[in-house]
Amino acid sequence: MKIRSQRDFVSGVLLVAVGAAFAIGATNYDFGSASRPGPGYFPFGLGTLLAVLGLVILYTSLTRNGNNGDPIGKIPWRPLLCIVGALVFFGFALPRLGFLISFPAMIVITSAGSREFAWRDALLNAVILTVLSCGLFVYGLQLNIPLWPA
Amino acid sequence: MDLLNNLALGFQTSLSLINLWYAFLGAMLGTLIGVLPGLGPIATIAMLLPSMYSLEPTSALIMLAGVFYGAQYGGSTTAILINVPGEASSVVTALDGYQMARRGRAGAALATAALSSFFAGTIGTLVVAAFAPPLTELAFEFGAPEYCALMFLGLIGAVVLASGSFIKALAMVVLGLLLGQINTDAITAVPRFSFDIPELTDGISFVVIAMGLFSFGEIIANLGKPPQHRDVMVKRVSGLMPTAQDVRESAPAACRGTLLGCVLGVLPGAGPILASFSSYTIEKKLARHPEEFGKGAIQGVAAPEAANNAGAQTAFIPMLTLGIPTSAVMALMIGAMTLMGIQPGPQVMTSNPSLFWGLITSMWVGNLMLVILNLPLIGIWVKLLTVPYRFLFPAIMAFCAIGVYTLSNNTFDVYCAAAFAVIGFLFHKLGFEPAPLILGFILGPMMEENLRRTLLMARGDWSIFLSRPIAATMLALAVALVIAIALPAIRKKREEVFVEEE
Repeated sequence: MKIRSQRDFVSGVLLVAVGAAFAIGATNYDFGSASRPGPGYFPFGLGTLLAVLGLVILYTSLTRNGNNGDPIGKIPWRPLLCIVGALVFFGFALPRLGFLISFPAMIVITSAGSREFAWRDALLNAVILTVLSCGLFVYGLQLNIPLWPA
Repeated sequence: MDLLNNLALGFQTSLSLINLWYAFLGAMLGTLIGVLPGLGPIATIAMLLPSMYSLEPTSALIMLAGVFYGAQYGGSTTAILINVPGEASSVVTALDGYQMARRGRAGAALATAALSSFFAGTIGTLVVAAFAPPLTELAFEFGAPEYCALMFLGLIGAVVLASGSFIKALAMVVLGLLLGQINTDAITAVPRFSFDIPELTDGISFVVIAMGLFSFGEIIANLGKPPQHRDVMVKRVSGLMPTAQDVRESAPAACRGTLLGCVLGVLPGAGPILASFSSYTIEKKLARHPEEFGKGAIQGVAAPEAANNAGAQTAFIPMLTLGIPTSAVMALMIGAMTLMGIQPGPQVMTSNPSLFWGLITSMWVGNLMLVILNLPLIGIWVKLLTVPYRFLFPAIMAFCAIGVYTLSNNTFDVYCAAAFAVIGFLFHKLGFEPAPLILGFILGPMMEENLRRTLLMARGDWSIFLSRPIAATMLALAVALVIAIALPAIRKKREEVFVEEE
């Protein structure tokens, strides 16, 4: 068997996995009956449906002719890791180091995701955005954000 | 004329200097907050509630209504400028609005959005004033099976609307419905799919998913491309105002959108969202050049904007007359009323007429404020686009991160958003469109509750959907939509219409 659409093949596999996971997870909850559906009824049905849709997509990925295998293409690791990393860092650091340290640091990590990254620009951006957000969110809107390290 | 008397009474209240000030303040604050991605009206209203105690109830509600409209409009602004829909109902606006902006027509898109919203708001206010009582009767006709069928129709509509593969869009809707299942079961109070994480028992916030999928996923995908291929703005921005041809094209679309929005907005559920989605579908069907949709068709901005604003207006009907919230924002408004000692329900109209009619007329005043406030600001918003992307994306990230954190002052939401950023990127790579997922996610819990109530009511007999005329009609419409897509001839045409730009 030949994979004719790489994108659809991966999509199908993922959907089957997610659908099955939800359906299996739903068996932990009371299924009820058609006349008295329990908390597991709806998620089980939906999970099964998603898995079936995944199978259909999987099937078409093996049969229908895609354009040159419809490849997924290269994964841009640098922006992916930088953006996700910046968010995780911000979530982790905010309650511990406070806004004034974690926020500019997050912006620098984010900026590193771009190929045009330059320290001068990133730092400038970080300072401007920190001052702005501080004024707007912390003093203007009085949001409850810890400023200093705990 | 009762209507005129009532409106006169209303304007007496809403045009008082102090209430005008609060309407302005609300609209201003709302726009500001709507423009900042991720700080939606829910967060804002929740934030403002504590400071509302000191205000007179009418002024407080007028200000909240101002925030609501302002945020709605502000959400459309970001949808157009940076493809970040601040609100579920501006997801549709982003489809063509953002494309218009990329073609250098951000000004025209923003002005069209503002003017259609204002037009729809004016009509919507009149409709609320004239039809509040009879329209509630219509809502009474709706039982659980009807709601269920309506939501099903809405979801199918979203699938038809999506570009690309039909089956992939369907999978997105189902995935959205499933994500909506991560919550505490409304009927038995059993926490589901929460893995003993307390934050998950309340469900994932819409904002987290929308930001992860739309903003963060998009940023990663953009950065992955070489700068010259990047999916961002053109530098040149031509014409801040719509041209005569734009007006000619968008005016009828705005009228149809308004009509649809007025009708669908009354239905508790996701009135404005359904209205904006379905008006877009209708416009595409009616358009002389349907292939323009998704590439910057002005009707694709005018119609959904009018529909969601009209819907937002008539959504007040069930709240004011029945005390039923049609959305999270409405629920907060009801909360605010109760806080101030007003029991929402049919008696408000008779026991507190100046508040009732004052609020209704202030909707119009609020809409007027928005236009006055926003038309001059368009120039400023558009200037924002000329900021180079390497400065812009960290700023978008930064504001989103703050917005996510302040949803409930919890870093868990930030981690969730990070997870959805990865998922959003994955969707981008695999050719999935996130918009249907959002609709599924929002409708999921409501649909489940109504489906279960229907089955309970019918003792497990699914044929109840066919024996109730309204429900059966809606299901028939949904089936017709699916058949229309499945037919090879139409399908071929549809694929021509939806060739995805890479």
